Amino acid sequence: MLRIDNVNTHYGPIQALHDVSVEVKQGEIVTLIGANGAGKTTLMMTICGDPQATSGTITFDGEQISGIPTNKIMQKGLAIVPEGRRVFGGMTVEENLSMGGYFRDKAEAAETIEHVLELFPRLRERYSQRAGTMSGGEQQMLAIGRAMMSKPRMILLDEPSLGLAPIIIQQIFDIIQKLRDEGVTIFLVEQNANQALRIADRGYVLEHGHVVLEGSGADLLVNEDVQKAYLGG
Amino acid sequence: MTETSLYVIQQLINGLTIGSTYALIAIGYTMVYGIIGMINFAHGEIYMIGSYISFIVIAGLLGMGFISLPVILIVALIVAVVIASTYGWTIERVAYRPLRGSNRLIPLISAIGMSIFLQNYVALSQSSRDVALPPQITGGWTFGDPSVFEVSFSYMQLLIWSATLLVMVLLTLFISRSRMGRACRACSEDLGMTNLLGIDTNRIIALTFIVGAALAAIAGLLLGLYYGVVNPYIGFIAGLKAFTAAVLGGIGSIPGAMLGGLILGVTEAMTSAFFPSEYKDVVSFGLLVLILLFRPSGILGKPEVEKV
Ligand SMILES: Nc1ncnc2c1ncn2[C@@H]1O[C@H](COP(=O)(O)OP(=O)(O)OP(=O)(O)O)[C@@H](O)[C@H]1O
Ligand SMILES: [Mg+2]
Repeated sequence: MLRIDNVNTHYGPIQALHDVSVEVKQGEIVTLIGANGAGKTTLMMTICGDPQATSGTITFDGEQISGIPTNKIMQKGLAIVPEGRRVFGGMTVEENLSMGGYFRDKAEAAETIEHVLELFPRLRERYSQRAGTMSGGEQQMLAIGRAMMSKPRMILLDEPSLGLAPIIIQQIFDIIQKLRDEGVTIFLVEQNANQALRIADRGYVLEHGHVVLEGSGADLLVNEDVQKAYLGG
Repeated sequence: MTETSLYVIQQLINGLTIGSTYALIAIGYTMVYGIIGMINFAHGEIYMIGSYISFIVIAGLLGMGFISLPVILIVALIVAVVIASTYGWTIERVAYRPLRGSNRLIPLISAIGMSIFLQNYVALSQSSRDVALPPQITGGWTFGDPSVFEVSFSYMQLLIWSATLLVMVLLTLFISRSRMGRACRACSEDLGMTNLLGIDTNRIIALTFIVGAALAAIAGLLLGLYYGVVNPYIGFIAGLKAFTAAVLGGIGSIPGAMLGGLILGVTEAMTSAFFPSEYKDVVSFGLLVLILLFRPSGILGKPEVEKV
């Protein structure tokens, strides 16, 4: 569904991704793990065209998306829950969600809002509250809900568990699995490698901008190098 | 009432009148800054162009024998708003958009160049001398004791107050309720994220230039009628005043621009009430320096978070 072929990304003179190739198939949960600064966020954002890859190709559903503007890419059935959530703090829950469904038909977007609120009852309680005044966990739910608003076939999640209490993390992981069960393909970046690999069909390990390892979630969980570097074992 | 207090009331009325027009112009600065972090120095010239177009249309319609003032004013308003918005949109498209993403100073220099270009373009095509229009809206109310001091509130001032109020209400509704208005707010909070939601932020940016220019054109019409003269250089000082108002209220904040405009207008009027009126510009720009030094985020602005 998503194919990343030999992608290189630079920030000015600094190269952040080196010949990265990753594939995410329809219906999968694929996770990307790696240390701080490995380039995980860069890969996520490169998929979205912000920054653009300097070379290599990215295709989504067979269509090349590398080289086209970010907002066009994001209208093709792809949505992102970015690092740090980036909810609109001065806007209410309702407004944040409506921004997520901006380019959709009004009636369809209203249906999706209803679906999001069913999935996250907390957001219904806070419907008219400004996002900036909500807790971290609530903001993360809002960021996920907002991504769902475009009715994407695939969602990219960049460290959704960052800074959250274990019980909230569990909820977030449950939601991710629920989304997959609804047919949404998931590409998940996590520092929380243990939990991520448990729910993932497959995983990739990124180090200094290189993919150094790939395999099924189960295999990576028991892999010695992975255990040493990312699972504290 | 004493003479002084009546005089203060008169200056308050005058100050709120001028202040409302500062507020109208200031909104253009603040909306653009809020989204792309740039001071559109050519914005004062848009106001000037709006004023010229209004004069040309009013004089033209009068010359053609139209006598219904409301019709004349509405036609002038529409034409001025449409043409000024076209200028605003075009300036963004040709002079700023291609430079976006480069160093912050570069669009600023382009804006100053655009401002000088527009001044000279109008000076060359219209002559650089004052163009006058006889007062169209005359009369008003007076109150106070004629033997002490008579306070006057003219119909023209009433028009400026009510037009500004109406525009502000409509703008507030647009920004808070409409889809595009909300997208404007989303852009000013996080432009990159708005793009990541599949929203064409270039269109939203273009829209803010159009809205800002429309408001400046309305100010151009109103102040043109109030003062009765225009020349190609009125945009410079009005632009600086409105910019000061925007900074005073908190640049990036729309309610801040409204408030800043009113405060600045009243401050100026009070200054000229008690000091020679040449001092009012000194006080205005002194105020600008003081805010920049001691409270750069203004009255209602959020403390500056570095835009990336
Ligand atoms: N905007 C930028 N400009 C310059 N360099 C950047 C920029 N963003 C990231 N980098 C660099 O690119 C490299 C990869 O960063 P990236 O944010 O992708 O890492 P990450 O794997 O997501 O890290 P973390 O786990 O801390 O989020 C780092 O060396 C970082 O310093
Ligand atoms: Mg990251």
